[in-house]
Amino acid sequence: MADKVLDAKGLSCPLPILKSKKALQNVAPGGTLEVLATDPGSVADFAAFCRMTGHELLESESADGIFRFLIRRHP
Amino acid sequence: MSDAHIDNSPVNPAKPAKSMSIIVTKGTLDWAYPPFILATTAAAMGMNVSMFFTFYGLPLLLKDLDLKLSPLGNPAMKMPLAGMHMGMPNMASMIPGVDAAASTMMKNLMNKKGIASIQELRELALDAEVRLIACQMTMDLFEYGLDDMIQGPELGGAATYIEVASGCDINLFV
Repeated sequence: MADKVLDAKGLSCPLPILKSKKALQNVAPGGTLEVLATDPGSVADFAAFCRMTGHELLESESADGIFRFLIRRHP
Repeated sequence: MSDAHIDNSPVNPAKPAKSMSIIVTKGTLDWAYPPFILATTAAAMGMNVSMFFTFYGLPLLLKDLDLKLSPLGNPAMKMPLAGMHMGMPNMASMIPGVDAAASTMMKNLMNKKGIASIQELRELALDAEVRLIACQMTMDLFEYGLDDMIQGPELGGAATYIEVASGCDINLFV
């Protein structure tokens, strides 16, 4: 169970990333954020976002048109 | 379904923050998007971002935004309509009211697709402490004052921008 969940379904680029960045500020270092999105571009974008920021992308999966990302905030 | 491989190795979080500058020269509804999308995203990714607003990009800093676009001379602009993609002949775009209608249509379409408004992206840029520089020469040329602009922009000229850009990892002209 993630520490915080962000519903970014229905939002287009770059809002899922921008809202995740804000949401991560309210997650304790080492804590996790789960993001739900429908933007197919978010798969590549969340991987790039995490590589550059040092947050850890623990899970990236999709089912029924919903993309789910689990991010661990860098310590 | 789970993706087989997630590359999540950070570039190098120990390195100092990277930086980006964007020269913003266009102020139509469509062309306002690329600079604000890139600036807010780069800031969210930990970069220091500066935007230099000059010529028709300068009005993007006005308090009251009423952005419009014109299909005139833009054969690439084809709007989805009834399962097709419709372009507009230049002749039609010359009729009064057509540009306004096309702008409204685009705004409605963007709203339907969950795309942020320029006002929203501009707020996010300010929140993220993106440095906004208004071109002094353009302010003088079009007779704008800082009172006409949102809170936040500073004034600067070519030398200001060049100094910023000389220290940036990415410099874009839009």
